[in-house]
Amino acid sequence: MFETLSDKLQTALADVRGRGALTENDVAAAMREIRLALLEADVNFKVVREFTAAVRERALGAEVIGKLNPGQQVVKIVSDQLTELMGGAGRDLTFSPRPPTIVVMAGLQGSGKTTATAKLARYLREHHSASVAVAACDVQRPAAVDQLVKVGRQAGAEVYEQGTDRDPVAIAAWARDRAFSEGKDVLIIDTSGRLHIDRELMDELGRINKAVRPHAVLLVVDAMTGQDAVSVAEEFGRATGFDGVVMSKLDGDARGGAALSVKAITGKPILFASTGEKLDQFERFHPDRMAQRILGMGDVMTLIEKAQDAYDEQHATELERKLRKQQFGLDDFLDQLRQVRRLGPLQSLLGMIPGVDKQLRGMRIDEREFDRVQAIILSMTPAERRHPELINGSRRLRIARGSGTNVQAVKALIKQFEQMRKVMRQVAQGQMPDLGALMGTGGAGGPPTRLGR
Amino acid sequence: MARDWSDLFVLDGARVARPDAESSRDKGRDTGTGGRGGAFRRLRDNLRKTRQALTAEVQATLFEDPNEETWERLEEALIYADVGARTTAQIVEELEREASAGRLSGGGQLSERLVELLADAARTGEDRIDLRAKPTVILVAGVNGTGKTTTVGKLAWHLSNQLGLSVVVAAADTFRAAGIEQLEIWAERAGAAFSSRQAGADPGAVAYDAVEEAGRRGADVVLVDTAGRLHTQQDLMAELAKVSRVVAKQIPQAPHETLLTVDATTGQNGLRQARLFSETVPVSGLVLTKLDGTAKGGIALAIAQELGIPVKLIGVGEQIEDLRPFEPSEFARALVAA
Repeated sequence: MFETLSDKLQTALADVRGRGALTENDVAAAMREIRLALLEADVNFKVVREFTAAVRERALGAEVIGKLNPGQQVVKIVSDQLTELMGGAGRDLTFSPRPPTIVVMAGLQGSGKTTATAKLARYLREHHSASVAVAACDVQRPAAVDQLVKVGRQAGAEVYEQGTDRDPVAIAAWARDRAFSEGKDVLIIDTSGRLHIDRELMDELGRINKAVRPHAVLLVVDAMTGQDAVSVAEEFGRATGFDGVVMSKLDGDARGGAALSVKAITGKPILFASTGEKLDQFERFHPDRMAQRILGMGDVMTLIEKAQDAYDEQHATELERKLRKQQFGLDDFLDQLRQVRRLGPLQSLLGMIPGVDKQLRGMRIDEREFDRVQAIILSMTPAERRHPELINGSRRLRIARGSGTNVQAVKALIKQFEQMRKVMRQVAQGQMPDLGALMGTGGAGGPPTRLGR
Repeated sequence: MARDWSDLFVLDGARVARPDAESSRDKGRDTGTGGRGGAFRRLRDNLRKTRQALTAEVQATLFEDPNEETWERLEEALIYADVGARTTAQIVEELEREASAGRLSGGGQLSERLVELLADAARTGEDRIDLRAKPTVILVAGVNGTGKTTTVGKLAWHLSNQLGLSVVVAAADTFRAAGIEQLEIWAERAGAAFSSRQAGADPGAVAYDAVEEAGRRGADVVLVDTAGRLHTQQDLMAELAKVSRVVAKQIPQAPHETLLTVDATTGQNGLRQARLFSETVPVSGLVLTKLDGTAKGGIALAIAQELGIPVKLIGVGEQIEDLRPFEPSEFARALVAA
């Protein structure tokens, strides 16, 4: 289920037939596509060069095996390499053995530091039951202190501020003392945006760090940053040092190559991902998912992880068995819909399915339609749910009456279901799913679930 | 090489642009912005000029005997500047073609031709801002953190201080915590009138109020600041379209100018931003912000090429004076400077 890059690679590797190893020519053609894809994703030029060299090594002689076509095979290598480079498993913020744990937020202007400060505060309170204070050390930007006061309070943190007339280093030191005397678990210090080439301000940041001796300095990086991400990270690393990165504005469609560049060049882990303007839209960073995003795939893991919270292990194996045996019935379909519905806003979730994010953009799932679907399925007998092909005219009428809908709606649902079943069969067999078929629904009566435009 | 403000703005004869900021700074006029950047900025500017002069020399040497490596290094430089693979390939291929056709001889000529090609790529569409309508409504939009509010502040200052125009600033960003307060401070510094409602109010209503007020006061320009939004947020894009429609109902030609702020550090996503924003509102120009950093803002070339949207203004710092008219050759030279 790799899209776009896989397609391009498949075209480039069109001559590779059946089983066998990838030759040097095959690989050269593929490397060009990979290079372009990564540059398009804003991965730093230097990093792309090193990366494609590493992939070339692995791709040469790699066997074209199994159900993946050569294009998909190469993409898998790229994906694995990306994930490795991104650093494998995600890491969490560590706490200092001696409270308060002090975190300094640093970065360019507009990168999202103040919002990230509040979000981190909320995250630590939620996930670690920490008592958090935030300090307003941005005295440069108009109303920055006001902003932190508002969002900090919203996050449930105490806000330490001394207006805009005091030196940020002095405010930071005062905040440190106060956090200590008030027994706070964590103190997060918001600083003003600064250019990495601004000697004066980089010195100031150094002095703030010296004054508070932070446990962690987090560099906030905007996910849409291009090639310059490396200069920024390198210089922040050199001048004042940082321990981890927060990627912001990941809810956009920027591929986020900057993440890979920063990690590759500085070796510092990306700890958090900020995925929206609301304070709860903040999570631990998952390197493997970022790797997939850079490649252009949907964020499969978030979906699966969310599902794990809501989904029974047993259910999953049972479903898999049914898929393989092609016993997937309307009960299972309803079950799936229910699971998905429990997981959260349907729109954002569907956007995460690999290969469909582009197609489903701008789609709306109507909760009322969902209720209709549920009503229709519940009006069927168990036998009908297992074998919808049984449903003839009179049965349709009965179901329509029982669910308070109409025959058209029942018909449309079954058609939709058949198409979904077909897609799942393909997925079970390791093929690229024909999502066009799934998207093609929509008839005169209107589909019961508007899964297409 | 810099472009004059009087060249950027289209004004009728009655209002003539006064000489630029230099004279007012000499008089020691307090713009209330704090002198933090002043001396440092001048030093940086001077250093940059020296660097550029040196680089021109270096480039000339590089191009003296162009070979495969030369073109590769040039490609690298343009990619580093976020020009993007496609536009880079086009430009480098063109230059290579002309070089092998013998039309260019010597590193100096090649170097100059490169700057020309890049500057041409940046030139597109109408690159001036027409201020003849009274009031002229300028809508400022963009992704979060790109510098909209600061740009509105700077523009308000230039319009009122350099051109002697009366400006109304509209705080249509009603979402961001303390966003209204932030803009109010800028309006004060700029000496512009400030029009706002309470936080959470309808942005369209704020824009409406501001245009009404401008009419009452006989103001020359209305600058509408809006909330940052990602181009992928359907509902927010719809909200922006609504703001535009509201002022259009009040004044048929409004908004006379719709400026999209793009952060110079933005990579290829900038093109998507510009594309989607311009599908929602009639984006007539870009403000390329934060060019005082190390990022070159090369994405502006792709935006110019593919969407025909020109850069009209550049932001070069956090102080109120740090806004300049866009000049293609200056931009092109900086793109390939070290």
